[in-house]
Amino acid sequence: MTFARVLCLAWILGAASPIALAAEGDAQAQGNADAERPYKVVNGHVDRATFRGYLYYGDLCLRCHGPDGAGSSYAPSLVNSLKKLDKRQFEETVINGRKNVTTASENVMPAFGTNIDAVQHLEEIYAYLKARSDGVIGRGRPKRIGETDE
Amino acid sequence: MRSPVRVAVFSAALSLSAGLLAGTALANDQLIQMSKDPAQWVIPGGNYASQRYSPLKQINVDNVKNLHPVWTFSTGVLRGHEGGPLIVGDVMYVHTPFPNKVFALDLNNEGRILWVYEPKQDPNVIPVMCCDTVNRGVAYGDGKIILHQADTTVVALDAKTGKVVWSVKDDDPSKGATGTSAPLVVKNMVLVGVSGGEFGVRGHVTAYSLADGKQVWRAYSMGPDSDILFDPEKTTSMGKPVGKDSSLKTWQGDQWKIGGGDTWGWISYDPELNLVYYGSGNPSTWNPVQRPGDNKWSMTIFARDADTGVAKWVYQMTPWDQWDYDGVNEMILADVNVHGKPTKALVHFDRNGFAYVLDRTNGALLEAEKYDPAVNWATHVDMKTGRPQVVAQYAPGQQGEEHNTKGICPAALGSKDEQPASFSPDTGLFYVPTNHVCMDYEPFKVAYTAGQPYVGATLSMFPPKGEKNLGNFIAYDVNEGKIVWSDPEMFSVWSGALTTAGGVAFYGTLDGYLKAVDMKTGKELYKFKTPSGIIGNVTPFMHNGKEYIAVLSGVGGWAGIGMAAGLTEDTAGLGAVGAYKALNNYTQLGGVLTVFGLSD
Repeated sequence: MTFARVLCLAWILGAASPIALAAEGDAQAQGNADAERPYKVVNGHVDRATFRGYLYYGDLCLRCHGPDGAGSSYAPSLVNSLKKLDKRQFEETVINGRKNVTTASENVMPAFGTNIDAVQHLEEIYAYLKARSDGVIGRGRPKRIGETDE
Repeated sequence: MRSPVRVAVFSAALSLSAGLLAGTALANDQLIQMSKDPAQWVIPGGNYASQRYSPLKQINVDNVKNLHPVWTFSTGVLRGHEGGPLIVGDVMYVHTPFPNKVFALDLNNEGRILWVYEPKQDPNVIPVMCCDTVNRGVAYGDGKIILHQADTTVVALDAKTGKVVWSVKDDDPSKGATGTSAPLVVKNMVLVGVSGGEFGVRGHVTAYSLADGKQVWRAYSMGPDSDILFDPEKTTSMGKPVGKDSSLKTWQGDQWKIGGGDTWGWISYDPELNLVYYGSGNPSTWNPVQRPGDNKWSMTIFARDADTGVAKWVYQMTPWDQWDYDGVNEMILADVNVHGKPTKALVHFDRNGFAYVLDRTNGALLEAEKYDPAVNWATHVDMKTGRPQVVAQYAPGQQGEEHNTKGICPAALGSKDEQPASFSPDTGLFYVPTNHVCMDYEPFKVAYTAGQPYVGATLSMFPPKGEKNLGNFIAYDVNEGKIVWSDPEMFSVWSGALTTAGGVAFYGTLDGYLKAVDMKTGKELYKFKTPSGIIGNVTPFMHNGKEYIAVLSGVGGWAGIGMAAGLTEDTAGLGAVGAYKALNNYTQLGGVLTVFGLSD
């Protein structure tokens, strides 16, 4: 999804939430199919979009959620989270953030809706994490399709 | 045994503070006296020289095997607990990560809580804290406890009641600036640094009046000479005046305005020279291609006049950083032999894996040797220019964007991070908690948005090839520039070390052990598994004539983020399976102070 389309959708959907992201209407069926397997992996090598998702995960997410989406002492494993969250919930959480502050714990996910890199690479990051969550790729830097094995 | 020394010093301190009211004495005169009393621990680093050494010797190499926990205290906070308590008279002051509680505990009454301070802070500050909501402790001076909160509020509390005396905002958390470091009281001022290198926050150290919180001076790490408080003719680097615009010349365009160089580490002070010493962190972003130039004065040791903040000398360790080797680690001031010559030294174990020894009077570089043999990003430091000889194969900036540079040692964690080392005047050696981790590093282009992560690189971490341990606790000799002994640890050693006149060095481990070792040989003499991983600093004190050792456990911080799930999967088939064990199989969250002692 392009940045322009995000803004456009937000305008159409109005004030219900600061920015809403969803595959609406007749795009729904195709959207669900893509959402289930948003990555392409051949012999353990990933497509360009999934690889860029790995890179921008490192930029935006790693310092809280740990290397490779594996979770940390600070924030949950996204490999586990994406077994429960669907694409729409994932995107809403990234764009709007969320807070869970109690007397026992304080978990705050920031809102990335103003972050150009986050918005532009949101689908790629989802593709990467979904591939990790589905067990299609392992820890570490994934190889791109066409990249040689060493 | 009652401690007549402590009683005498404490009453001297009280009369000094009475003098202060009349405006005749300085808070640091009082602190210098109090820090000489081994019963108390009134400065985060133990003394102004940040030596973390205690002259106490009731606990020694012969009896430390009988050490045991005598009381414990839960902080009620789950996040990473860095730093350590202060002990002032009969009161212990314990701090926590966000929400940044401070507890005053009565040592005369089994740790009963005298008062609790809990600030109200906007929880939106939590996710702009790179790498967990840590706090590295409070400062004491003139009857006040000074706390640097996550939201950058610096607050002075009445040490007796916990009531707020004054409060000042240091920077803006909505732009990613946060408070994590321990303040230092110098003269009648309190000095604080700022965090935010992963959010493009331009670093600064600020001196506030201890009496009312009014700003006395502020020195940025980068920018025009008037911002960085440099005198182009008098401020020197490698013995020469730095000249005009020494920082601006090394940046492209306005990048310096979001250039990082944050000051989240420890501050030291030499009262005789009247100089304060600290280091600056990584330049922003982590993608070096977006910021060509030396990026001065990131990654720099600063010596500044305490009264004016004007820099006397500076030394940049890692020009044009390509690895996130922040230069913020503690500056240990020690009068030691360097190559056989008695020297007023500043000793600094940098993230980049070199142990730097400088003449602290003038900034002359005397020695720069690797303190972990795995270090490979540079072959050596040129002693004439002070610049590292970088190995192109391990230089991500030279390799370019979207190129994965492999096998760099150390990792971005550094050979050592903020966890402070200790210097023993008895052995003349430095005792250093270290990381033994390497990385692949891949930089790429990122956009800047205020208050959003500004990182621009991704990395994978792993132990050095063919090795299993991710950390070492070492003894280091600056006279010869070499490691004397090295104790391997399964995980990075992320706890501040302590040395004692009893011949015992103490440190904590990420899997939760407090360990005591023989300072001469490194032989383990005692260990106890605390409730959670230790990233806090070991702190000694004496009460009613008995010596105690205190430490905060509570895993977290960058260490907990990087290692909770293990560095690589066991199935990766890279061998050395033991090294890839996940920290979360050994320990869980939870802040607890454990106090150890000997039975009568």
